[in-house]
Amino acid sequence: MSNYLEFEQPLAELDQRIHNLKDQSRHDTKAAEEVKRLQKKIYQLQQEIYHRLTPWQRTLIARHQDRPGTADYITGLLRDFTELHGDRLYGDDPAILGGIGWFDQQAVMVIGHHKGKTVKERVQRNFGMPHPEGYRKALRLMQLAEQFHHPILTFIDTPGAYPGVGAEERGQSEAIARNLLVMSSLRTPIITVVIGEGGSGGALALGVGDRVLMLEHAVYSVISPEGCAAILWNDSAKAKEAADAMKMTAPDLLRLGVIDEVVSEPLGGAHRDAPKMIDAVKQAVAHQLEKLEGSPVDDIVDQRYRKFRRMGVFLEESGSDSSSAHPQNIQE
Amino acid sequence: MAWFRKKDQPQEPGTEKRVKIPEGLWVKCNHCREIIYKKELERNGKVCPKCDYHFPIDCAERLALLVDDGSFTERDRGLAPLDPLAFRDTKKYQDRLKDTQERTGLRDAMVMGDARVDGMPVVLAVLQFGFMGGSMGSVVGEKLLRAVERAIDVNAPLIVVTSSGGARMQEGILSLMQMAKTSAAIGRLKARGLPYISLLTDPTYGGVTASFAMLGDLILAEPKALIGFAGPRVIEQTIKQKLPEGFQRAEFLLRHGMVDLIVERKRQREIIRRFIAWSASGSAAEPAAAGRTSG
Repeated sequence: MSNYLEFEQPLAELDQRIHNLKDQSRHDTKAAEEVKRLQKKIYQLQQEIYHRLTPWQRTLIARHQDRPGTADYITGLLRDFTELHGDRLYGDDPAILGGIGWFDQQAVMVIGHHKGKTVKERVQRNFGMPHPEGYRKALRLMQLAEQFHHPILTFIDTPGAYPGVGAEERGQSEAIARNLLVMSSLRTPIITVVIGEGGSGGALALGVGDRVLMLEHAVYSVISPEGCAAILWNDSAKAKEAADAMKMTAPDLLRLGVIDEVVSEPLGGAHRDAPKMIDAVKQAVAHQLEKLEGSPVDDIVDQRYRKFRRMGVFLEESGSDSSSAHPQNIQE
Repeated sequence: MAWFRKKDQPQEPGTEKRVKIPEGLWVKCNHCREIIYKKELERNGKVCPKCDYHFPIDCAERLALLVDDGSFTERDRGLAPLDPLAFRDTKKYQDRLKDTQERTGLRDAMVMGDARVDGMPVVLAVLQFGFMGGSMGSVVGEKLLRAVERAIDVNAPLIVVTSSGGARMQEGILSLMQMAKTSAAIGRLKARGLPYISLLTDPTYGGVTASFAMLGDLILAEPKALIGFAGPRVIEQTIKQKLPEGFQRAEFLLRHGMVDLIVERKRQREIIRRFIAWSASGSAAEPAAAGRTSG
């Protein structure tokens, strides 16, 4: 039995029935047939549910407790991974996991938010919500990679940067801003994969990549749906509406030009078949790395700048430079 | 700075009492909650005479404070927001924009252009809190980028005055991407060796703080200004504790090493002038000699 989300309850019921028939089906052909029939039904139902997921349902999948996290991708993608700790300024933030390793023959730096699996680990890792020292560790590791001309692989999976007193005291804003600035001109390739939750600036601080990939059911947004609902609807219970309005799913982001590729997930989400998911990510990363490896680093940096420079949608009305020389003309 | 000067003939004390007081003659200070006579507040440069809190001022007032009289020429005035997400909360984003544009006479939340400080050319960008909380969407991001590119073109320092609630939710992920876009642009400015002065005013939060606002070579803040990443209510709800007195005020940031200096309005132009003159002296790319000797 796996952990089912609320909207998956019909699946959970079928799963329960199969579970109940399991022992009996070993010697009872009728029961065995029933199990087969139910399995087929589960498959069909899964197809139905998963091909018309709402943005809010995707958000729940992206946050699923069994969803593979940064540590799983590191184990699955890299050889001889060695974790490196600390920002050399204040501390070591367990919400961000980083270190060196090999992706096939290529030495790489890998950095990602890590939420953790067990309750104890989740608490210890602050549910993947970094403090400034986490971002500064990430920055240090990225600059280390640049020093040796190794590509950087980042995994995004965070509800957001931690909103706390210590985080503000130590400059959460500055830490994020600094990462954005440095990443935008880092002289080595950067590949980013949004694997779960991409929560606001705290996610973007690891996300200024040459290629940004996103898993099919991952979400990425300027604020959490709950936060958006609390501010714009004055009611955090309107999170579903906010999730719809914000266009935070992978297909939306591809259409808006914010990401470069959507990586398909196994039916039922990444957590239903983690090895298959990890392998798909490995293929996608290998493909993108290969494409970037041929380019001179000047071109990579230049294209990265131009890519983010282009982002945004606005109108430029004629007479744009019909400027006024008098401050009095500007009305508040 | 004519609006700044004290009136020649102060009213006799006590005369006001006898007159019936019309609405809007008195204001309550956002910080110390004292009731202040509006005219007195204006005479004091919109600074609370009781607690030194700096009230929000409009763009014209800001220009009068910071740059030479009549030197400001607005650029890229035609940049206007669109509604790429067809966003709707309790109200359509399009309607919200239209209403705000009509009310403020602005197309979006940033005014940007060329100006001079003590004769020295600068590029100046000012965020307008009155336009949807000074929030950063695509237009603000683009304007900041163009301000940087203009500064590079004319080899001038960049001054940015912030007041913002953060990223504009109604433009979703595109607003978030403006953080990367503006920070990348500031990186280009730094690579050219041009000075960037960031002046933080009340309030400056979220995606604006966590991008260009905190990247200044010189970061100035107005007294008592609230500056932070997460809003105080969000933090309180997260940690389930009352926040300490003075949390996220400019003085708190100064104490924690996050800003260079807290500067009251009267001294801002002089501090900016000094920094520009200092950064230009000895540099290979010197600005026009005209500006450097005066003051």
